Amino acid sequence: MTTRAIARSPITRSHRWRLQGSAVRPAWQEKPPFWAELAKGTILTLVVLLVLLPMWSILMTSLASRETLSLTGGMILVPRELDPSAYVTIFSGGQVTRALLVSFIVTVGGTAVSLVLTVLAAYGLSRPGTFGHRPLLFYFLLTFLIYPGLVPSYLVVTGVGLGGSLWSLILPNAVSVFNLVVVRSFFMGIPSELFDSARIDGASEWTVLVRIVLPLSRAVIAVVGLFYAVGYWNAYFNAVLYIDDNDLWPIQRVLQSYILAGQAPQLGGATISLPGLSAYPPTLAVKMAVVVVTILPALVIYPFVQRNFAKGMLVGAVKG
Amino acid sequence: MNTAAPLPAVTPNRRSTRARLRRDWPFLLMAAPAALLLLVFHYVPTLGNVIAFQDYNPFEGDNALEAFLASEWIGLENFFTLFDDPAFWDALRNTLAITLFQLVCFFPLPILLAILLHGIVSHRLRSFIQSVVYLPHFFSWVLVITFFVQMLGGAGLLSQALRERGFEPWDVMTNPHGFIVLVTAEAVWKDAGWGSIVFLAALSTIDPSLYEAAAVDGAARWARLWHITLPGLRPVIILLLILRLGDALSVGFEQYLLQRDAVGRQAAEVLDTFVYHQAIVPQEWGLGAAAGLFKALIGLVLLLLSNRLAHALGEQGVYSKS
Repeated sequence: MTTRAIARSPITRSHRWRLQGSAVRPAWQEKPPFWAELAKGTILTLVVLLVLLPMWSILMTSLASRETLSLTGGMILVPRELDPSAYVTIFSGGQVTRALLVSFIVTVGGTAVSLVLTVLAAYGLSRPGTFGHRPLLFYFLLTFLIYPGLVPSYLVVTGVGLGGSLWSLILPNAVSVFNLVVVRSFFMGIPSELFDSARIDGASEWTVLVRIVLPLSRAVIAVVGLFYAVGYWNAYFNAVLYIDDNDLWPIQRVLQSYILAGQAPQLGGATISLPGLSAYPPTLAVKMAVVVVTILPALVIYPFVQRNFAKGMLVGAVKG
Repeated sequence: MNTAAPLPAVTPNRRSTRARLRRDWPFLLMAAPAALLLLVFHYVPTLGNVIAFQDYNPFEGDNALEAFLASEWIGLENFFTLFDDPAFWDALRNTLAITLFQLVCFFPLPILLAILLHGIVSHRLRSFIQSVVYLPHFFSWVLVITFFVQMLGGAGLLSQALRERGFEPWDVMTNPHGFIVLVTAEAVWKDAGWGSIVFLAALSTIDPSLYEAAAVDGAARWARLWHITLPGLRPVIILLLILRLGDALSVGFEQYLLQRDAVGRQAAEVLDTFVYHQAIVPQEWGLGAAAGLFKALIGLVLLLLSNRLAHALGEQGVYSKS
């Protein structure tokens, strides 16, 4: 019973942030004048619209038919019909399908590699007083102060033979010391009584990490995992540097070539004829559909992980 | 079992190095893979910057190491070439101008947003707005610029609306004169919401009884903001200012790389894109390393200076002497 109470304490502590401040205006606070409320409401509404409106417009354009697009001459805000043929086209083979697959592999594989490395190192560095702790910690933190430039990094990555391989998108940035520090400070907040009792029972450090520490750290690992996954999914420049073969291009690279460099989308060979779908959807709709599928993963994972921001981020942010 | 040995916090007496190593090797082993990756992809390239003093030629050997050993040492030659290049000074000037502009026009926005958000009484509304404004932080630069092109570009929503109403279309995305405003707007759109998190966290650590006591003593809304809220945010503001100042020569890389062709080198070249276009593309390795080293050294000096400034202001700064 006591163990469980202790086990919960690091989480409840950071929980306070979310629960603090009830939904009622405190008694001492005067109600702001009407114009102030109005100004505040207008500003916040504008801010929200500035984020959501472009997303809405892109979504609606991706679902527009050729007729609608030629009528309005470009981006649309108000849909006249929903035509999914652009999505059918990009998912029926061709460069976009392949790029999505590449990005998916890099993101899942890279996040797994990064999380394993980060959690192991964070745990290895979480006990001040262990052998070599101070110099090792210094070794990791020094990366904040001194960093290699673009040229030597490029020469090393190609020099160790990663050029042209998908590993070049994963290994060079696999360990983020910032994430490592966040996880480490969370680990250090777990009461040591928990480890000590397990250790007296004969548990090895590996067992302690897997059986005690990890189950307590789901929130922080979810958040750090999201950071890594977003980093891998969004990676663009490494693909410019290291991947020449456009069959191995990740989705961001493909998106850039379509929209910013203005190349025509290369789509799958076989055109699909389904009733109600136009065989050749308009190029703009196809481009916008690529934009939508590029955003989609972030939008889907985001609500699940967002709940953990306060828990996971704050421990690192306040201490660091 | 030796792993069950108590930790140093429990036993104050010192142990021999060997005994400590025997007890602690699992920790070292756990940190090793990450340390190894940093060695290969961080520290080796950092040392590799010495090719700034070489006429580095990758074709001298079979691999980068052999080429490095075989290449000729030319002292400061690369630096002289660099400083003689007007494009380098253009890039440096653009970088500093953008940093300065963003310090004034971007930096305060997350603070204002955090204060606004903190003042929302309804919890549900507040977390909804937070979710929305954090979201663009998770978009790649390719996406953000795509959004801006589709909204403000020549074929975007804005030009379209202008054309429909009989005005001249206005392509914001290829105009070199407003470029500094454009990149700042993009950065604000992407990261101002996310940047407010750290200020919100700081706001929530301010003791509410301070506000209550001040209100009871007759301090009005603005007086409380000035005398309680802002002093409460001061350490965070100074910390972030220091970090920004130490990073004055980095303004982001992909954002500029992606737009350089649209607005032209004159306006959009910053130090990092300069290195890419003047060193990596034409394979002028030594010159690029020199530019990178120059940037890193100035950055380090700026960080140390601004940290000292923070100490002078009575704040903690990024690190302290202890």
